[in-house]
Amino acid sequence: MNLNEILTGTLTGLIILVFAFVWQTTLSGVTRKIVGRFQKRYGPKFYQEFRDIFKLLTKTGVTHGWVYSFGVMMALGGIMGTAMFMPVMRFTAFPGLDNVFIYVYLFAVGMLGMAMSAVGSGNPLAGIGVMRALTQMVGYEVPFLVVVLAMVYGHGTASVSELAAVQQAAGIASWNLVRMPIGTVVGFICLLGMLGKKPFETFIAPAEIASGPMVEYGGKQLGMLMLLHEFSIFIEVSLFVNLFLGGAVTVVGFIIKYVGVFVLASLVSQALGRFKIDQVIRYFYRWPIALAVAQALIVVFLGWGV
Amino acid sequence: MGEGIIEKDKKLKEGWEGISRFFRANSLWMLMYCTGCCAIELPQAMTSRYDMERLGMGPMATPRQADVLLVTGYLSVKTLRRVIYAYEQMSTPKYLVAFGPCPINGGIYYDAYAVINRLDQYLPVDVYIAGCMPKPEAVMNGFQDLIDGIKNKTADGWKRYRDNYEWYRKNQIESLGELRIKDEFHE
Ligand code: SF4
Repeated sequence: MNLNEILTGTLTGLIILVFAFVWQTTLSGVTRKIVGRFQKRYGPKFYQEFRDIFKLLTKTGVTHGWVYSFGVMMALGGIMGTAMFMPVMRFTAFPGLDNVFIYVYLFAVGMLGMAMSAVGSGNPLAGIGVMRALTQMVGYEVPFLVVVLAMVYGHGTASVSELAAVQQAAGIASWNLVRMPIGTVVGFICLLGMLGKKPFETFIAPAEIASGPMVEYGGKQLGMLMLLHEFSIFIEVSLFVNLFLGGAVTVVGFIIKYVGVFVLASLVSQALGRFKIDQVIRYFYRWPIALAVAQALIVVFLGWGV
Repeated sequence: MGEGIIEKDKKLKEGWEGISRFFRANSLWMLMYCTGCCAIELPQAMTSRYDMERLGMGPMATPRQADVLLVTGYLSVKTLRRVIYAYEQMSTPKYLVAFGPCPINGGIYYDAYAVINRLDQYLPVDVYIAGCMPKPEAVMNGFQDLIDGIKNKTADGWKRYRDNYEWYRKNQIESLGELRIKDEFHE
């Protein structure tokens, strides 16, 4: 990589970041409104999430020690760094570097920063929340990776933008949704787990452990966490769209696919209750993992869907 | 020259304050301290019938995340201590809404031995909501008053608390007594 490529890459990455913030924050507000309509309410304004974030950033923030303050920065930095690598509508900030495993590893930096900072606040509920979040991560990561590895094996590439390009060859028939239907179901269940939507809301659980890791956050730090939350939703949903729904070539395609996945996840979450943490693990290690292994065997031995 | 810079600085600060007030007024996160019977009117105000989320309000789990502390009804001396802890944990700017006559003058508990009569001797109250218990319409109206108060700078309880802290502190100690804790955190 020469200097020129690095500069243009960084610039594209920054544009993707700004786009991710504006797009996902708007969409979160719209989704709140849709959920409100489902509950026969008016719901907030569609730009409510912007107001929330900016309000939090104008408040004062107390600190609970340097681990706490540093952890927030590290988490936000890690997640923003991950978001920069995400291919959006044929734009890739660093072509050739958008390997699937980049997201797994870089995402973990953000998660660990968050865990560190939450535990640094010294509240026992934060400790419980972090423990649950990491346990749940172990739960969804394994089935998700089994499916993704099968896909990588089948298509012979691990680059997310190439995986998306492979699926654009013959319209809908070449999407992984059609080629690997079982894997897509597993992917969607794991997506619910990643997003922390019900029934996998165990680590937030406001009525049970007072919003878990976030229990001691207030003011500016909470604002940064909300930013982080928007970016991580962007990464997770975009990854799903790229891996299973053939990415997006046009703006319209991107909007339809992304909105469809996110709104569906939010509505599923509204209809369900919350699992306990042991139920989450038992669930993930029973159905999704069995289906994921079945899908992997189909791809590897029967060669269907390649 | 110097004067001009100070003027400019002031204007900039005021502009920033105005922007912050706009965001604060339209995104109020509540911490519900459900002490008394008034709390029973909050579910209606929150759910489909009156839909508080229209105003950008929503419940929060802990004091640190919240902007508004709702004291719903009478306060016994024991709970007053916890309310003070909760209020002091909230990050500024913070607001306090008191429900019903109980926090104003004691209401029907005015002569009870375990209940405090006037909340505003211990904590600064921004909005009172009338009614024993206040109807959901009154609750929504009270929140609208709070929003207006934030917009036109009259809801400044947190500033009053900061400026008159000695006085509030004296009253708090008078009614609660000094607290001596002896455990591994307070040695
Ligand atoms: S004001 Fe009335 S309804 Fe409210 S706590 Fe007091 S007695 Fe109960």
